[in-house]
Amino acid sequence: MTNSPVPATPDSNPASATTDADASFERIVEPRSENRLALEGGVWHQISPKYVTVQLISTGSFLVLVIAATLVLTLLMHQLWAWIPGGILTVILAWTLAILPRQARSIGYQLRDDDLVFRRGILWQRFVAVPYGRMQLIDITHGPLDRGFGIAQLKFVTAAAATGVVIPGLAQTTAETLRDHLVEVAESRRTGL
Amino acid sequence: MTSVPEPTNPVPGAAGGFSPERADPPAPGAPPPQLVRSPLSDGEWHRLHPLTPLLRGGLFLIVIIGIVFANLRDRLVFIFLPWLAPDIEEEVGEWEGAGGDPIDFIIANNLYVVAGLTVLAVLIVLVAVFYTSWRFHTFRITDDDVEVRSGILFRTQRRAPLDRVQGVNLTRPMVARLLGMAKLEVVGAGADANVKLEYLSTANAEAVRADILRLASGRRLAATAHPAGPRPSGRVAALSQTVGREITGLIEGPEAPVAELESVVHIPLGRLVASHVLSMSTLGLLFAIAAIVVGVSQGVTWLLFGFVPAIIGFGAYWVRSIVRSLRYAIAPTPDGVRITFGLFTTITEIVPPGRVHAVEVTQPILWRPAGWWTVRINRLTGRSAADGSTDQFTTTLPVGTAADVERVLRLLQPSLPDEERALVVREGMFGPAEGDTFTNTPKRAWWIRPLSYRRNGFRLTDDVLLMRRGVVWRKLVILPLARLQSFGLYQGPLDRASGVTNVRAHVVTGPVSPFLAAVDRDTALALFDDVAHGSVRAASADRTHRWAQDETDAAADVEEPPTVPAETGEERG
Repeated sequence: MTNSPVPATPDSNPASATTDADASFERIVEPRSENRLALEGGVWHQISPKYVTVQLISTGSFLVLVIAATLVLTLLMHQLWAWIPGGILTVILAWTLAILPRQARSIGYQLRDDDLVFRRGILWQRFVAVPYGRMQLIDITHGPLDRGFGIAQLKFVTAAAATGVVIPGLAQTTAETLRDHLVEVAESRRTGL
Repeated sequence: MTSVPEPTNPVPGAAGGFSPERADPPAPGAPPPQLVRSPLSDGEWHRLHPLTPLLRGGLFLIVIIGIVFANLRDRLVFIFLPWLAPDIEEEVGEWEGAGGDPIDFIIANNLYVVAGLTVLAVLIVLVAVFYTSWRFHTFRITDDDVEVRSGILFRTQRRAPLDRVQGVNLTRPMVARLLGMAKLEVVGAGADANVKLEYLSTANAEAVRADILRLASGRRLAATAHPAGPRPSGRVAALSQTVGREITGLIEGPEAPVAELESVVHIPLGRLVASHVLSMSTLGLLFAIAAIVVGVSQGVTWLLFGFVPAIIGFGAYWVRSIVRSLRYAIAPTPDGVRITFGLFTTITEIVPPGRVHAVEVTQPILWRPAGWWTVRINRLTGRSAADGSTDQFTTTLPVGTAADVERVLRLLQPSLPDEERALVVREGMFGPAEGDTFTNTPKRAWWIRPLSYRRNGFRLTDDVLLMRRGVVWRKLVILPLARLQSFGLYQGPLDRASGVTNVRAHVVTGPVSPFLAAVDRDTALALFDDVAHGSVRAASADRTHRWAQDETDAAADVEEPPTVPAETGEERG
């Protein structure tokens, strides 16, 4: 039930005029178990594959930097202790890189009648439903690398800090259309705090 | 006539605005007293109490006097009480020769006039600065917001919209209380978003608070009968009267404005002290004592030195938290719940309806034999998270019995039906009971909550979500759906193996964290949808940002439909 006079178009992608540049993933990656969290019905909108590229570049270059620093410290300066933090960081970063492509495919959002549902994670799944009227503001951020690839991150801020709905790697046009759509819908369902 | 107070009205509580006649129906013709605003909220700029600089600079002044006194102690003793220090004369003689002391320098060089003039000039400058800053510090209350301007060189202006007011509190520190003054704080939504009016005379502060709450509630206020009250004649006489009255009030107990409303809960001093003794920190202390005794008996005597400061710190903590909860009172008012506490510094806060985002009823295991509970809430206190006084504004019942809790819940969640409240106590607090209506953790997931899986559950009604958990620390969280910001499900690999999931409701930051582990996966998905729909429905039906508007409209429709003053800002609300 909605108090908005505007006919709701729940699952139409606000950026319906998608071009090749705005292509997104096609299928949500989920855990195999029967007991996984899953919603019946609804269309999951997914993020751009460029997000993976951007993350690979930034995390990868950091990994290279860590390996280089460790090697310099241990081999040239004979600081043997550097193996320990260097090794730990290398393992963590390599693992992050390895799971990144699958993880990016698990991020999705649904635009339902009265709320936005956001999901992410495979091993640790997380589903959040935020009523549109709870929106305090929408943040769109993009770093230099994001701009190069034309993607942006959208953050839906409510009065509760724990909400944490952050959708990374949206094509910039999608992010802006989604923002305008959310602001418009929130305006028609405005509630108190 | 109106009940508008004079600035130094010697009758306590006359301006409280909570006098019984407020309940009367509005009389046709003359505006009823509860709809007449005090002269301070007529939309014009007003100044604070003239003694404000003294109180705000009070600490500074005491420090200066302290330094001067510490430096001149011997000399003052010599000048005023020579018989106490017969052999000081030789020392004074030494000073005269030494010339290290600036005062000796003045005496030696006969610079009395210059020194006197310097002191006078400094004083004049100080007084002028304080006077100007007082002149520039003004506030006004309009139909839609509260505004404060201050500063001489750097002007600041702060405005709080009234429909976002989260509460109004009146703080009366010891010294200000003796002078009959109070500071008023309008709590806004957001970090560091409060508007402070310090200081006002207590009567004025009460009047302003009543006005702010009445305006915020959406009721229309008529203009006062006399905009400018006659100036009070004997200011000094009135002040001395005030001091006398306040001292009497301090000795006799609660002052009149608090006594006006019967608190629904009374905490005996013994229970308050015992509740602090029966706490985890006491166990920690006993453990530390045992460790030290063992250590000392083994010959490690230096442990004793660490012990003394620990004991002192512990004692101070106890005394502080007990004194803070003394004279606790909670009472209903037409504009929300009124919570009062504090022995020396009295804080009276009114939380309007619908400003409570989550309620938690807790019982540590040490309190179980005595049957005591404590109630905490999440609300927007407008303070930064680092502020230590936040917990004062979030604890609504320091310690009480189950009956007390029920009465407090009635005030905090007035929309909760009576049978539901009884159920909250029977099943939510003491449960699981016979014929339990909570949905609990499935048996197969017992190992996630080995002690409490029988109790770990939730219950969803039209207006609230209840979460019950814990056996050692029994906890019950009550979440009004109209205040829920968002709702999340979290599932890790172990949860998935047992077919369960974690549930977390997202509300504004506070001591309550609404979290429930090990909920059956299918039930949780159904709950996810139900809560999503329920919270949207509850939020769109919620009218608490202007809580009395509906009833005003109804009353106006019934009694005097055409003569409703249309200019008082209804359409702006």
